[in-house]
Amino acid sequence: MCALASGAALGITGVAQPAAASPSGAASGSEDDARYIVEAKFYQKLPNRKIKCKLCPRECAVGDKERGYCGVRENRGGTYYSLVHSRVCAAHVDPVEKKPLFHYLPGTNAFSLATAGCNVNCKFCQNWDISQSRPEEVPAHYTPPQRVAELARQYDCPTIAYTYSEPAVFAEFLMDAADAGHAAGIRSIVVSNGYIQEDALKEAYGRMDAVKIDLKSFTESYYSKVVTGQLKPVLDSLITLRKLGKWTEIVYLVLPTLNDSDAEFRGLAQWVKANLGADVPLHFTQFHPEYLLKNLPITPVPTLERAKAIADAEGLHFVYIGNVPGHPSQNTYCPKCRKMLVERVGFTASEMLIRKNCCPFCQQPIPGVWHV
Amino acid sequence: MNTAHNNSRRDFLRQSLSGAALLCASGATEALASAESGAAGAKSMVVAARDEQLRGVGTNVDSSRMLALVDRAMQALFDRDRPVEAWRRLVRPGETVGLKVNTLGGRGISTNLQLVAAICERLQEAGIKSSDIVIWDRDSNELERAGFHLAIGGERVQCFGTDRAGYEQELAAWGSVGSLLSKILTQRSNVLINVPVLKDHDGAGVTIALKNMYGAIHNPNKYHPNGCNPYVADLNMLPEIRGRMRLTICDATTAMYEGGPGYKPEHSWNANSLLVSTDPVALDHTGWQMIERKRAEKGLKTLAAEERAPSYIATAADAEHRLGNNDPKKISIVEV
Repeated sequence: MCALASGAALGITGVAQPAAASPSGAASGSEDDARYIVEAKFYQKLPNRKIKCKLCPRECAVGDKERGYCGVRENRGGTYYSLVHSRVCAAHVDPVEKKPLFHYLPGTNAFSLATAGCNVNCKFCQNWDISQSRPEEVPAHYTPPQRVAELARQYDCPTIAYTYSEPAVFAEFLMDAADAGHAAGIRSIVVSNGYIQEDALKEAYGRMDAVKIDLKSFTESYYSKVVTGQLKPVLDSLITLRKLGKWTEIVYLVLPTLNDSDAEFRGLAQWVKANLGADVPLHFTQFHPEYLLKNLPITPVPTLERAKAIADAEGLHFVYIGNVPGHPSQNTYCPKCRKMLVERVGFTASEMLIRKNCCPFCQQPIPGVWHV
Repeated sequence: MNTAHNNSRRDFLRQSLSGAALLCASGATEALASAESGAAGAKSMVVAARDEQLRGVGTNVDSSRMLALVDRAMQALFDRDRPVEAWRRLVRPGETVGLKVNTLGGRGISTNLQLVAAICERLQEAGIKSSDIVIWDRDSNELERAGFHLAIGGERVQCFGTDRAGYEQELAAWGSVGSLLSKILTQRSNVLINVPVLKDHDGAGVTIALKNMYGAIHNPNKYHPNGCNPYVADLNMLPEIRGRMRLTICDATTAMYEGGPGYKPEHSWNANSLLVSTDPVALDHTGWQMIERKRAEKGLKTLAAEERAPSYIATAADAEHRLGNNDPKKISIVEV
């Protein structure tokens, strides 16, 4: 989960628009919607002007003039269109630690952007005002891929981050922006729920340099009731990313009473170790009441510490506690000598001791991408 | 027009007896008997008004015949001899009235302009200021494509989409639904008159009265899984909707029995009818049966056989929702 609340808001965001920071070439909202519309990838045509979307496991069958569940892809006369290419509704310069990615270029900033739309409906979503909205309901600015790359360079960001909402639903824009970024020497990272079909994942996230997946629970019932999705396709995506060799970190948002049992933590940790390996960073993060789950309390820190203890005991090497500023488990420790290697204060990496991808004290290799 | 004004309730009930049966004959007779005797009791009344000559010799709906059709329906529903008396049973001077039309399908299968004009005329006669009437849907462009002229400000009847008014900032939630509501609904309408069209829907089975409220929220795309069940029923439970909803006038001048919600002329028919009720569940059930009959006539499978029967209608009627009646035994269908 990647909060919008902080970070340097740029002129193209609908959250805050200081005129002085407005990038040239960015134009407002609905004056020319045609600029945002491209034929979608990942769908098949059906009789009677219907289509079946093949982007995510939901496989929406969409009639003429209707949209898929994500709200940003529309059937117009039997052809499916993305309505959000270059339609950026939020853009910030964020520390990469805020994604969070702790083992990928620590201490750097990511030019972070989103369009409207999401293919699930998490009852705790903190960005629901954009993720659960249709694109025409959210102020946006035309920001084509080349402009995204220029802005990343302008703000001294080595990466473009596709985040806040669900990047899978703007896959066409993501791919073009990643290509433009790579041509300019800018890498791409994606913060996703992993609810995407394998072919789309390979084509879209195959262009990414690092991936963070929100694994929201380890039970199908939670995915059904709280997320409006399914667990298995997300696990499949994690395995595919592993096979693709993408640097991947996992975030698990802990909700009191809903996904915080010892058995679930243990099952999750065992699955990660068995299928992805012990070196995959796993972040247990604190829930704050939002959206449709304002009745739940903030996750108690001891619950997060219990989750971490279980995952540590199962043999995972890099288990973090997130959204708890100042907690020592935000730091990176060498799994061999246990010395602190990266100290973090808030979203800032205040000290980074890793040298040549190794612990400077015992020479243990530390997995990740540590330097630009 | 004047003829309709001068018709008494008994006149048009008598006329209806000689009209072509819109629904099954036995049910209609029973319903008429109930309506005339005033013995409907707890039953929900759905008025099915039909005029075979609604289009005259052309394809366009004749506005005077439409007004007469609306009058017949309203007089039957409210058991009044004059149209204005019927409308005064519905609204009071000083109230603001929103007409939620349906314009998703474009000009071929959107709420009929003459129908909306007739409603506006009678509302004003009942004492509603023209500027206190707003014709609305989700999107202004869709309204225009359906033939409506946008009107914002001044003393005219207002007409615009939620794109011009915006959505509330606070979520409205009930059951499975959490949505932002149109400010046209919450801030411009004390009274909601639902004016949907009668259509097949590829996912929901049918889209008539209850589902037309999808056009009042910011995230309808989230509520299409599982045939829109229980989302349609839950949405209509929102106090902002339920507390305002007083009447549904379903436009079945042109209806669709297959291929909806987008316009498919090859799957449309001129039903030349209106369905009118204060019970949206009973109206939806009645409309659904009309579509099933047309499907059978065309040799198509039932919606249930296609695994898209509109199960949300029963949910809307269940003990948790109680939005109306879906039991045919509790629905009086009055044909006029």
